[in-house]
Amino acid sequence: MKFKSVFDIIGPVMIGPSSSHTAGAARIGRVARDLFGKQPTWAKIHLYGSFAETYKGHGTDIAIIGGLLDYDTFDERIKTAFKDAEQAGLTYEFIPETAHTEHPNTARIIIGDESSEMSMVGISIGGGKTEITELNGFPLRLSGDMAAILVVHEDRSGCIASVSNCLAKYDINIGHMEVSRREKGNMALMVIEVDQNVNAQILKEIGELPNITQVTRIAD
Amino acid sequence: MEVLFRNVRELVERATQENKLISEIMIEQEIMITDRSREEIMAQMDRNLTVMEEAVEKGLRGVHSTSGLTGGDAVLLQNYLKKGNTLTGELMLDAVSKAVATNEVNAAMGTICATPTAGSAGVVPGTLFAVKNKLNPTREQMIRYLFTSGAFGFVVANNASISGAAGGCQAEVGSASGMAAAAIVEMAGGSPAQCAEAFAITLKNMLGLVCDPVAGLVEVPCVKRNAMGASNSLVAADMALAGVTSRIPCDEVIDAMYKIGQTMPASLRETGQGGLAATPTGKWLEAKIFGGAVVGSGN
Repeated sequence: MKFKSVFDIIGPVMIGPSSSHTAGAARIGRVARDLFGKQPTWAKIHLYGSFAETYKGHGTDIAIIGGLLDYDTFDERIKTAFKDAEQAGLTYEFIPETAHTEHPNTARIIIGDESSEMSMVGISIGGGKTEITELNGFPLRLSGDMAAILVVHEDRSGCIASVSNCLAKYDINIGHMEVSRREKGNMALMVIEVDQNVNAQILKEIGELPNITQVTRIAD
Repeated sequence: MEVLFRNVRELVERATQENKLISEIMIEQEIMITDRSREEIMAQMDRNLTVMEEAVEKGLRGVHSTSGLTGGDAVLLQNYLKKGNTLTGELMLDAVSKAVATNEVNAAMGTICATPTAGSAGVVPGTLFAVKNKLNPTREQMIRYLFTSGAFGFVVANNASISGAAGGCQAEVGSASGMAAAAIVEMAGGSPAQCAEAFAITLKNMLGLVCDPVAGLVEVPCVKRNAMGASNSLVAADMALAGVTSRIPCDEVIDAMYKIGQTMPASLRETGQGGLAATPTGKWLEAKIFGGAVVGSGN
């Protein structure tokens, strides 16, 4: 079941005109910012399929920038996102692509600042719901059935145990978990699907564990 | 994920056996899935209802999109209604005008509540605020209208699609219209089975509806399709309340809609390349709005 809550159907409250192309796009941008963990100074946004064909009319571009500025789907400031980006020191570029992707509404967002950069692929599956399918080259196979958290960490022994211990402490049951890394000792990623809601306090606690770089809640 | 219903058959069976409303089953499932209290869930839907009400009111005062393609039709319809000599009747045109009002606000980048999407956000509130004048529901009944709509939308979203890009406008305005029809039936005192019949009758008549927005904007023909979707749902609700049933079961209609969507060419799935978007006037409007090709970069 991709859509879990009635509020996925009757909602979100959002700025028009398109739930997939505006609200979903804002959410994809916001998750990218969350994962990056700070305000990026530049962004390259590749758009595929229907996103590429119709992004201007749907405000997909300003919505993604709004998301990168941490605006929610209903934030009226989405309308002025381009101007706000300029003031926030965020430069951006949109690149419509012709390549075929599995989902018609796909965006690849590459963001960064002077010290780091990150790439992420997000898809907008309808009604404002989104999924993240790739992070820094790591494919994410999220079923979308459950809430999930993403933990970016250093590839060190004990990392996975400390995160699962923290979840266990709060009675949070892991439904599915994937761990992957680029190369030994380098950046690694945990994707953890959970049965219960992981609140901000727990996320913060995980984020403060040794060798954890970033923690984000997605797909819920 | 454990759920109380996965399809319309299970939804109707459960409601009938437990002698509950469809909306109640949806509320119970939401409590179960999200582990939130009934009060919290009702309060959130109440807020969504308020957003819908404000969008209708704003649209009826008159709004225009930046492209200039849409706006002001809700006002024209209300003025026409006030003359008291409509052909289809006051409630019907009231629903149509309020559906249009909502979508005009959406096109103007105003605040709306997606039901189930933004492009189809007019049908559910449009019918609700028109039927309200006839049935005088309580606030709770109006909130329940949204849960009943949501229950049917939940089934479509999980078993088919509510995305125009994935499944054509039948997945958006078609689903929204079916959802509204089911909710009207419940509010009017029909049975859970009649809600499902109304949904099936509505969606059957919107099968094959392509998603072909002119210039890629959620304006033409989206706004008027919401108007026609609203009228479809009112007729289907009356048919179901009269005892008319759908020969094809509701879940099979949803499945057919999904399969039709999958076989539709990409040009008719929200790419702005086919259908009305590809007409000479559609192309001319696109060039006028975007000054030629719809490509380029920001910054």
